[in-house]
Amino acid sequence: MKLSTFKIGGVHPSGSKLSADQPIKVMPIPDTVYIPAAQHIGKPADIIVQKGDKVKVGQLIAKSSGFVSANIHSSVSGTVTAVGPVPDPSGIAKMGVTIKVEGDEWMEDIDRSETLDTNVDRFSDKEIIDRVTAAGIVGMGGATFPAHVKFTVPLEKKAEALLINGVECEPYLTADHRVMLEKSEQLMVGVKLIMKAVKTEKAFIGIEANKPDAIEKLTELSHKYAGIKVVPLALKYPQGSEKHLIKAIMNKEVPSGKLPIDVGAVVSNAGTAVAVYEAVMKNKPLIERVVTVTGNSVKNPSNFLARIGTPVRLLIEAAGGLPEDTGKVISGGPMMGKAATNTDFPVAKGTSGVLIMPEELAHRREPEPCIRCGKCVDACPMGLEPYLLSVYSRKKMWDECEEHYIYDCIECGCCVYSCPAARPLLDYMRLGKSTVMGIIRSRKK
Amino acid sequence: MSNLLTISPSPHFKDKPTTKSLMFGVLTALIPTFLVSLYSFGIGALVTTLVSVGSCVLFEWLITKYMLKQQPHIADGSAILTGVLLAFNLPSNISPFIVMFGALIAIGIAKMCFGGLGCNLFNPALVARVFLLISFPVQMTSWPKPIESRLNYLDAVTGATPMAAIKAGDLSICENANFLDMFVGTIGGSLGEVSAIALILGGIYMIARKIITWHIPVSIIATVALFTTLGWLSSEGYVFGRKIEVIANLFESGIHPLYHILGGGLLLGAIFMATDYVTSPMSATGKIIFGVGIGLLTIIIRLWGNYPEGMSFAILLMNAVVPLINKKFQPARFGAPKTK
Repeated sequence: MKLSTFKIGGVHPSGSKLSADQPIKVMPIPDTVYIPAAQHIGKPADIIVQKGDKVKVGQLIAKSSGFVSANIHSSVSGTVTAVGPVPDPSGIAKMGVTIKVEGDEWMEDIDRSETLDTNVDRFSDKEIIDRVTAAGIVGMGGATFPAHVKFTVPLEKKAEALLINGVECEPYLTADHRVMLEKSEQLMVGVKLIMKAVKTEKAFIGIEANKPDAIEKLTELSHKYAGIKVVPLALKYPQGSEKHLIKAIMNKEVPSGKLPIDVGAVVSNAGTAVAVYEAVMKNKPLIERVVTVTGNSVKNPSNFLARIGTPVRLLIEAAGGLPEDTGKVISGGPMMGKAATNTDFPVAKGTSGVLIMPEELAHRREPEPCIRCGKCVDACPMGLEPYLLSVYSRKKMWDECEEHYIYDCIECGCCVYSCPAARPLLDYMRLGKSTVMGIIRSRKK
Repeated sequence: MSNLLTISPSPHFKDKPTTKSLMFGVLTALIPTFLVSLYSFGIGALVTTLVSVGSCVLFEWLITKYMLKQQPHIADGSAILTGVLLAFNLPSNISPFIVMFGALIAIGIAKMCFGGLGCNLFNPALVARVFLLISFPVQMTSWPKPIESRLNYLDAVTGATPMAAIKAGDLSICENANFLDMFVGTIGGSLGEVSAIALILGGIYMIARKIITWHIPVSIIATVALFTTLGWLSSEGYVFGRKIEVIANLFESGIHPLYHILGGGLLLGAIFMATDYVTSPMSATGKIIFGVGIGLLTIIIRLWGNYPEGMSFAILLMNAVVPLINKKFQPARFGAPKTK
């Protein structure tokens, strides 16, 4: 059978899914958690607790501060010891709440039982969105876009289908893979809930062919849930990009500058769907997530279920400790993840993985002259010309950048990945993209 | 934390090929061709290649170090590749001084004057070849006979190449058609152009290793095949059983299309010269336009021009058009507005 995928560009980095067979392990609750106020795209949440306050697991500690923002809940029970800067991967401390853990006392209205609840009909579409909003759910693939905003389909638009992103196209990461295997039923119910929220009868779960066990398990389950179909996809990065997943599954292209809903699609991550299940059926806010800790030199690459705010250092220790030859610690995957300056930063809602790279792979090669091989052009999934855009951007030729659609760049890194001359194409393109976007915005004013 | 962590913007992952590995990949693909040329032309092939590579590398090193006062990058293999390709475009009995002069033109004029690796508009090896062809027409068109002059170098016995013979009106070579010789490479010609099988092997290797894409070689060969087949079929001027004077005059010499494809520098040009990264277009559509252009120009020069061979001129002319092709034929853009 020919597997579908997107057509333009893309690369095939080696999967390196070292932790694919490791069942999710529950991380012990740490002594102290650091919960940042900005764990989502949009405005940081307003912190509503003060130093000395006693909090329970699941208690609201920071309130959504606008339409594109999200609630944040305490992931532990204990005493707030500080409201102020908490560690961040960037090394620049960000606003947040520090909580000293005392016991594990949960809010009474959270259903902690393991029993599967499939009674989706109990809730109206509005109730589902309200519960998702209350639970502070954001896109858990890494983009951390507040889920309730995505699920609120504008009146004049219609969702034809819900796409569930189980692609996990980033090398090394296996968090979604394990969630799909171990929380399959919850995932299915979560998908049903989102289908109801966005008012569509159809849902497709896109999974890349390197996860045959997940494809098999979910396909079997999908017979029980009307309207849900599992779509195996050919391996290609960046298939987990919303636009490319839509192209791969629905064969529709989201026009430049438009949103998925403009072609009738709502895309949500597999992990997010499980969080939606827990939020709606169990009234459990987003206080923990699965994080892959991996790397070629890591002793025991693992998948951990960790409370939000757990220092990443503890996860690394649980995976066998920071290897001797460590040169780089990345929050996320190798293609789009952020390199961290320290290992003290906490697990946030969007922390899908922690990748530890050895010293010899931690450095970029010295750039060489562009030999105009065109590999970046072939690799670009947006059909752009990175070799040209990076030069325009370097020379501050913003008009030319705009004429060549720099604003379409999704910063997937395929161009840099494929460049034999190790040119810093994406660095310059990011500069050009943000400048051009700024120019376009100021023009509209 | 005792040890400091490295930070940099994403991506943190890189595909294996480097400029160096790509250049050496092309050189690897040229090995079969080199072996055949050693078999056919013996000592001459070896000396010419060594002189050409040696002088290309030397000139690049001297120019970067003493004229530009920069750190030379000989190790990237691009000068070696230019040297090999230049040698493969020359007859094997050519004077080493002419070869060195050609290397100076290739590296000094065609490459370094334009700004070095990645900046040259024209294929350096071809600029040198055409320069030598115009400057030394006699030496550049006396082709040693294959096999029999293996042990001779400058004093090799010479003979005509299939293309030159046809141009001179000697169609006997067509009547004694021996496609097997042309396929294996025991015919007269430039060092690297004689063996179709070796060149095709190299091409398949490069496509399999993703060093080049199929677009340029296939579009060139397909264009030449199409038009020479038309010419061959209508050589007597008969189109669907009707004689048309104009066509009869147009394709005077109805030569078997395989002669055009195997008999001259077409395969070497299509597979190794036209696919030069620096001087070919970036997008897939652009590459096909480029290839079709080369194919058409080659046929026009071969059939109606003064030279028996048109490949070098065709590639250089199309090199000049590459910036325009890049401007006009941008890659297919994701999510581009449908209505224009």
